[in-house]
Amino acid sequence: MPGDVENTVAAVWRIEAARVIATLITFVRDVDLAEDLAQEAVVDALRQWPQQGIPQNPGAWLTAVAKRKAIDAWRRRDALAERYAAMAEHLDETVDDELEPIGDETLRLVFVACHPVLSRESQVALTLRLVGGLSTDELARLFLVPVPTMQQRIVRAKKSLSAARVEFEVPPPHEWPARIASVLSVVYLIFTEGYAATSGDSWMRRDLAAEALRLGRRLVGLLPRESEAHGLLALMELQSSRFGARIDANGNPVLLADQDRARWDHGQIARGRASLARADALASRKQYALQAAIAEQHAIAASVETTDWQHIVLLYELLGRVAPSPVVDLNRAVAVSMAGRPEAALAIVDALATDSRWRASPLLPSVRGEILLRLGRAVEGRIELLRAAELTANERQKQALLHRAAHSAP
Amino acid sequence: MPKYMLIMRSTAAAVEASKNLDFEEIINAMGAYNESLMQAGVMVGGEGLADEPGVVVDFSTDDRIVTDGPYGETHELFNGFWMLEVSSQHEAVEWAKRCPLGPGSKLEIRRVTDESDFADFSDNEFIQKEEGWREEIAKKADNR
Repeated sequence: MPGDVENTVAAVWRIEAARVIATLITFVRDVDLAEDLAQEAVVDALRQWPQQGIPQNPGAWLTAVAKRKAIDAWRRRDALAERYAAMAEHLDETVDDELEPIGDETLRLVFVACHPVLSRESQVALTLRLVGGLSTDELARLFLVPVPTMQQRIVRAKKSLSAARVEFEVPPPHEWPARIASVLSVVYLIFTEGYAATSGDSWMRRDLAAEALRLGRRLVGLLPRESEAHGLLALMELQSSRFGARIDANGNPVLLADQDRARWDHGQIARGRASLARADALASRKQYALQAAIAEQHAIAASVETTDWQHIVLLYELLGRVAPSPVVDLNRAVAVSMAGRPEAALAIVDALATDSRWRASPLLPSVRGEILLRLGRAVEGRIELLRAAELTANERQKQALLHRAAHSAP
Repeated sequence: MPKYMLIMRSTAAAVEASKNLDFEEIINAMGAYNESLMQAGVMVGGEGLADEPGVVVDFSTDDRIVTDGPYGETHELFNGFWMLEVSSQHEAVEWAKRCPLGPGSKLEIRRVTDESDFADFSDNEFIQKEEGWREEIAKKADNR
């Protein structure tokens, strides 16, 4: 364990990446250059720390080394050599061993990584890399793509920022709501990528969800007055509390109704509920807090039967107003049916069915089939379930639907 | 992501010495450290233990021997812990190194067991009950 410099450098990088890169961007005014310099400093650390020992303040060491590299580069091509030389003189004195506040700089970095000029894919990769301190290899592993593909993605993202001359500052107040919304959706996208994985090793995907949680906890530290940041954290804590029960010993998905609730992580449920309470204390519930509240209703129920479905129906109605989407309506239909009103649920689903966007999706027929079974219309219900099975690309889901159709009581 | 417990232990001498320091300064230094853990999104819990004598129950003989604490030959006091959720043991060590503690204090870093450590006993009734207990404890904490 000790003397294991490579792992120590990696651990230091995980802790310090955001602060080091943020400080360097302020210094060189360019994300691409700042990140390259930081990487070079990491290479130096790998070379020097085994001989010289690990510095007292490794983050400050990395920053100072990277700054010196920047100055050397400028010196080689700049007439301002004397001024930079003077700056270089003082560099060693500016390395202090205090824990400085990092909020503002890290927040600026988050806004840069989630900048609107970037594609969603680039925002995700840059956020995990610059703010989360993950290496390209780690990112490639988490997203199940070859390392060169991920490298390309990162390079393209940084070039886009440089080309757009993105200013490294906190956006003006009128832009805040939109910018924060995009930051939250990037983090939630990372989470759902891990939580609702349709491919890959499920354990590996849990790592990705864990990274999103870590980012979510950071956001709450950076945006303590932002109700939806707490709402998002609550949602992620509550959803990941079910991880242990969502997959059986053979790796097959286990539906909510069949999950062993004793295997939910109740410590995590408590943390999620505490976050939701903090969100509620700040503002009325919006998109993430409402979804967290729905997850909370499931989390506190002893079983599917004793779940307060009526309360969940109300929460879906509110969510439909705040963030309307056909998927929310479909979930509301499920809740209405579970609340004992399958007739009303069928009306909601049939109204949705006129929307052509559902044509290729197995979701709607699988929900409609369940509602019909509940209404005692077994033949029609089975036909819907078989249609859903036909539309499902995921082999395990297909088998589950066929099984359900075959075993529905006549 | 695994969880690690940072276990804080100090010699009685170190605890005595700390009484000569400005208590508010200690609170500020520790507060800044805790804030950095929160801002990095790695802290999931922690508690400090009161600086007052405890009691030790010793299992050396059939009748339990009850004495005044602390236990152990070295007279090290266990006086608090943090729970961190981090990417690796190395990361936990790096965080521990940043803790504002002085000579005579130590942090021990131990991985917290999770479900996978008891996979072979998943049908044991107590292992199954345990999550229910956690839920009860969490509810009590909610109502505090």
